Amino acid sequence: MTQQLTGAQIVFKVLEDHNVEYIFGYPGGAVLPLYDELIHHKKIKHILVRHEQGAGHAAEGYARSSGKPGVVIVTSGPGATNMVTALTDAYMDSIPLVCISGQVPTHLIGTDAFQECDTTGITRPCTKHNWLVKDIKDLPLILHKAFHIATSGRPGPVLVDIPKDVQFQKTKYIKKEQAIKIFPKTDVKIEENEIQKIAELIFKAKKPIIYSGGGVINSGEKACQLTQEFAKITGFPITSTLQGLGAYPGDDNQFLGMLGMHGTYEANNAMHDCDLMINIGARFDDRITGKIDKFSPKSKKIHIDIDPSSINKIIKVDHAVVGDVGKVLNKLISVLNKKYPNFKKSNKASISKWWEQINKWREKDSLFFEQGNKILKPQYAIKRLYELTKNRDTFITTEVGQHQMWAAQYYKFRKPKRWMTSGGLGTMGFGLPAAIGVQLANPGKLVVDIAGEASILMNMQELSTAVQYRLPIKIFIINNQYMGMVRQWQELLHDKNYSQSYTEALPDFVKLAEAYGAVGIRATNPDELDEKIKEMIDSPKPVIFDCIVEQNENCFPMIPSGKAHNEMILGPSEKKDNKITKEGKVLV
Amino acid sequence: MSKSLSAYSVENKKEKTEKHIMVVWVDNESGVLTRVAGLFSGRGYNIETLAVAQVDDAKHISRITITTEGTNSVVDQIKAQLLKLIPVHKVASFQINNKSILRELALVKIIGNKKNLEKAKKICNSFKTEYLDTTKSSFIVELNSTRSEIDRLIKELKPYGVASIARTGPLIMSKGSEITQINKGKIL
Repeated sequence: MTQQLTGAQIVFKVLEDHNVEYIFGYPGGAVLPLYDELIHHKKIKHILVRHEQGAGHAAEGYARSSGKPGVVIVTSGPGATNMVTALTDAYMDSIPLVCISGQVPTHLIGTDAFQECDTTGITRPCTKHNWLVKDIKDLPLILHKAFHIATSGRPGPVLVDIPKDVQFQKTKYIKKEQAIKIFPKTDVKIEENEIQKIAELIFKAKKPIIYSGGGVINSGEKACQLTQEFAKITGFPITSTLQGLGAYPGDDNQFLGMLGMHGTYEANNAMHDCDLMINIGARFDDRITGKIDKFSPKSKKIHIDIDPSSINKIIKVDHAVVGDVGKVLNKLISVLNKKYPNFKKSNKASISKWWEQINKWREKDSLFFEQGNKILKPQYAIKRLYELTKNRDTFITTEVGQHQMWAAQYYKFRKPKRWMTSGGLGTMGFGLPAAIGVQLANPGKLVVDIAGEASILMNMQELSTAVQYRLPIKIFIINNQYMGMVRQWQELLHDKNYSQSYTEALPDFVKLAEAYGAVGIRATNPDELDEKIKEMIDSPKPVIFDCIVEQNENCFPMIPSGKAHNEMILGPSEKKDNKITKEGKVLV
Repeated sequence: MSKSLSAYSVENKKEKTEKHIMVVWVDNESGVLTRVAGLFSGRGYNIETLAVAQVDDAKHISRITITTEGTNSVVDQIKAQLLKLIPVHKVASFQINNKSILRELALVKIIGNKKNLEKAKKICNSFKTEYLDTTKSSFIVELNSTRSEIDRLIKELKPYGVASIARTGPLIMSKGSEITQINKGKIL
């Protein structure tokens, strides 16, 4: 008879089969059999977090920066409910996570037992799929399936809820190779006809723009290279969503910067005025489109996406290709090369007027700010951080708010998987635990969490994790004592009624760092900034960098209240421009 | 219209909404109905009627029939979202027209005095009903017909002591030799 394994042994066997290096977790009653088994699997390192939400975001950081699924183990009840935010975050941003949760023993399910909750019920809308494993015989296949579903197609989180008694029961193990044979094939055929039509449109376009998103990064390095190749062949301008930053080099001349609510003037105007929009792996999110019925009124729209439900969800498109971005681009490029061999040469002339227009928009210099000699501007702080770290392979995570947008605007990413931010869900408290996961996946690299003083307090406890595992992450706090984005909206939209957006009694972040066994550094003026940033980079320990900045700075440019891409507010320096002031007045 | 203070886009153009019947073939496993129903409620779609039963005992496939209301683009979106659910095999959407057969089953219990029961029976006899249970003071009648026909029966019976109504919601099947193929492009 073949060897029988316990549920707990099967869990680790599957993790080993899928080459899992790290699991992020927190023990508790319903997962004790798993934690008992942990010691026998030296290849798998367990990272003990301080709160289950931290485990989830750390796993996301690991997944986003490595391309491999992040794995989490939490206990039943509060362990599982604490994971809900991280699961939802991963679901919104298409990040592969496998969460294994403990559950009360099967005979107690439904009795309101201690630390019982309907985990699969609660997590159903925030996972790609989830399972409650009541029969040990189902466990091996479900776990393999969990990895398969998390990582294939449009990636996302899955959850496997395992009652404690099932963790003790025994069954026969099924190997990964055997399991995979049973799963249905998921590869879709790329519509050749559509590709031909798209190639024609590309050939004819006079005012084209490439709008790329997180799907390019999710598709992998190859897809990023192909996006760059596609841009080079066509000579088209390219803009990117928040999630897509890094797929195309941020310092390249063809790159117009990020688009959307806090995107650049040139990117948004190009989106509005273009005659051909090529959406590669983005989803027409509401932060991107602004007012829907004024969205890019004159363009033909092409959408390449792996998720059929993304097509025509928000914006009706003229041509759509469902499939993996890398594969579709590969096909498109070969069709272009075959169909129009001289395209690369001839095309430059036909879109030269378009580039002239774009360069005029560029002259507006929508990311301009003035740094005085006393108080630090947040934009300046991030710009200096960029200048002082750009020559090494740096990984940036963020929390959510103004600092996140400034980071997206002023930090130029040249490679994919270097930028980990919570875009869809907008989870404050994401950046610090994410940085932990990033540092584990990228040992020896510089990992910086660009944070706000409000966000960082939401998962502050994870600094303890970073110290325990000697992960020298840097927490760069843009400290304006306000929930800056809330304050900005209150200024622009609610008559400066700064209701509850100011934080009194903030901790002394330098002392807080020291209390955790990390290093605390504070910068308060432009003269000392560079030196202090260097000190932070050189520190072998985790650092909290408390960067005291101008309190009332707003994040510009901005597409305000249900406006279109060509109706941006550029900022306080643009007040002389009557038209924009008028628009601004509507808001205030 | 007053200017919106929200940065979220304002709802504009109203498309025409129509009744659609969605048919979803799913693995008959625990929680599958919640997944389907939860998708509807979570994304703000409406379920007007719902009928579920296993139709393939060997493969454990259930057929779910849902009546919903929405614009064509909403229905396309529902379809695409349903197809993303792991236990969903295929999805079809039907409009109510002469290309398909629609049937609903209703049970109606009438309680009343002799006079009213007689009047009620007279009405029932003018429909294709079947008596399932008859006592001195009550009867139960079955009608297997279209939704509007059942509506009409119930409306006519109302004055004579309708005590209980049970309806299955419609089932639908396309006419002729056409069947719903596995949807292309099922992506996990």
